[in-house]
Amino acid sequence: MTEFSFFIEAVLSGLMAGVMYSLVALGFVLIFKASGVFNFAQGVMALFAGLTLVGLLQGTIPFIHTNNPAFALPPWAAILVTVAVMVVLAILIERLMLRPLVNQEEIILFMATLGLAYVLEGAGDILWGSDVKVLDLGLPQGASDWMLDTFNIYVEKIEVVAAVTAGILVTVLAIFFQKTRIGRALRAVADDHQAALSVGISLSTIWIIVWSVAGIVALVAGIMWGAKSGIQFSLSLIALKALPVLILGGFTSIPGAIVGGLIIGVGEKLAEIYAGPYVGGAIENWFAYMLALVFLLFRPQGLFGEKIIERV
Amino acid sequence: MLYREAGQFKTSYAADQAIFPIPQDRYMLAGILAIAFGVVPFVLNDYWVNAILLPFLIYALAAIGLNILTGYCGQVSLGTGAFLAVGAYSSYKLMTGFPEMNMLVVFALAGLITAAVGLLFGLPSLRIKGFYLAVATLAAQFFIIWLFYKVPWFFNYNATGQITVPPRDLFGFRLTGPEAVPAVRYLVTLSIVAVLALAAKNMARGHVGRAWMAIRDMDIAAELIGIRPLRTKLLAFAVSSFYIGVAGAMMFAIYLGAAESGETFGIQQSFDVLFMIIIGGLGTVLGGFLGAAFLVLLPIGLEAVLVEGLGLSTNFAEHVKLILLGSLIIFFLIVEPHGLARLWQITKEKLRLWPFPH
Repeated sequence: MTEFSFFIEAVLSGLMAGVMYSLVALGFVLIFKASGVFNFAQGVMALFAGLTLVGLLQGTIPFIHTNNPAFALPPWAAILVTVAVMVVLAILIERLMLRPLVNQEEIILFMATLGLAYVLEGAGDILWGSDVKVLDLGLPQGASDWMLDTFNIYVEKIEVVAAVTAGILVTVLAIFFQKTRIGRALRAVADDHQAALSVGISLSTIWIIVWSVAGIVALVAGIMWGAKSGIQFSLSLIALKALPVLILGGFTSIPGAIVGGLIIGVGEKLAEIYAGPYVGGAIENWFAYMLALVFLLFRPQGLFGEKIIERV
Repeated sequence: MLYREAGQFKTSYAADQAIFPIPQDRYMLAGILAIAFGVVPFVLNDYWVNAILLPFLIYALAAIGLNILTGYCGQVSLGTGAFLAVGAYSSYKLMTGFPEMNMLVVFALAGLITAAVGLLFGLPSLRIKGFYLAVATLAAQFFIIWLFYKVPWFFNYNATGQITVPPRDLFGFRLTGPEAVPAVRYLVTLSIVAVLALAAKNMARGHVGRAWMAIRDMDIAAELIGIRPLRTKLLAFAVSSFYIGVAGAMMFAIYLGAAESGETFGIQQSFDVLFMIIIGGLGTVLGGFLGAAFLVLLPIGLEAVLVEGLGLSTNFAEHVKLILLGSLIIFFLIVEPHGLARLWQITKEKLRLWPFPH
């Protein structure tokens, strides 16, 4: 294999990994835009959604963790039920956590989502068991033969599926935000809570919708990551992967989440391959953060974030 | 009635600006210190020291440190675990490199080294604010942990990658290592924590603390009234890191005895200490102690109730514990977002008039 196609392969694989990061970052951005909450539980939500989905697919009985094929649902039904579960979860979160915490400082809300992450993690394990689960939705696995034959480049099929899904998801979200009534209300709330309230937009409804959408995005992220490496506790740690993507792209920008994810994905891959051996490897844990930090020093609001204007 | 201030006249500026201006507070603090120094060392046993007293005191110190940065100066940091690690590893290098060095000097130097590292990672705070800064401090967290894991010099090239504390004495008493005397470990920790906590209270009261709070409340306005953001923020990072570094050194040398960078000082530590100051109360020294007590005692209490009281299996109890811990955190944030220290303040207000409220 030539040096150049090796480079292309690295870039492609970085881009694909970046798409995965973007999927998680997207959920963060949605919630932050609409409610100003920095939702640390997004990764755990992906884990919880994944666990629920696998549980429904295998007919696992909650609390007991034995599989009964009689209760197993077909994939489309399982996904629908999981979406319903995420919506119920959103309603519960709004009722029990966000509503009493209205008007609190950002850091308090952030801490509350950390508490939420604990609760969801514990609940997921109690309901569905904490062993590693295989998610089998019939998504294509292994390397893409076509790419391998034509360009002699190794690309995983599941990553292509993830990229396409992310593309569709972003398009749908963009249309939803720009063209629909609810989308307009969402943007109004993101802009100014008070003003939105005064023109008759119900904040609690909007929050339920936003958290539901974030839950569905979490489900998609859970499916993609789960299909790649199984549903397990480490899935909740992808939140930590998404954070540098967020600060790079800006907390409030959906395109930022995508572009940031791609930059981080490619940068990480190239750094690991070309710089990693000189410093002892395993740098992917912190490289993304350092990259984001350097970016931030020049653009404190991220690449696409709204310009921070400070007045006294 | 217990807290009535009527009739307490202050006749000098010194009295008015004392760290504890109200005599009741002074008496109570003296009482607590008398019990902590005079009674507890004679009744404690190994379990109490290892499971409750040492973690409580050391986490309280770390929480005070983080509170200086986050509570007083308003800079959210998620790098506490890494700074604890810097304290631990520098104390290890000092102890093995200079075996004759007095342990108190080791702790002080470990704190100073951590302060220097904290200063370095505080530099971005001049341009980055809020959550962007919080995520930026995660860079410190992951980078430093990786460094201690990858560079063998830090753990003296041993095969396990762990650091283990060598036995050392302080004033003729065995302080570290397996043969350490529980009472000595407790008393040394208590003394250091008490002195540093008092120093923190003092700093918060003086011009340094006021400058921090001005920066926290609105940095542009603070700049306009003549507070230099660069110096003030970096000072907060340095002082905070010093406290956390000393806490890390004590955590390694006195409390745990052995440590491994990723296992002991992972991101979970950062979140735990942040929980402590938020549940305890942002911007108070008392909050550090209350929050540490809450988060050290709660898991032990829950474990006792769930495993021994209800007879659940350890695995199941672990998950229930997680759920309860999360719910309790949310519950406390909803009930009193200003933390346990605020609850104590409200109690004091009530005690002022009690039992004749009218």
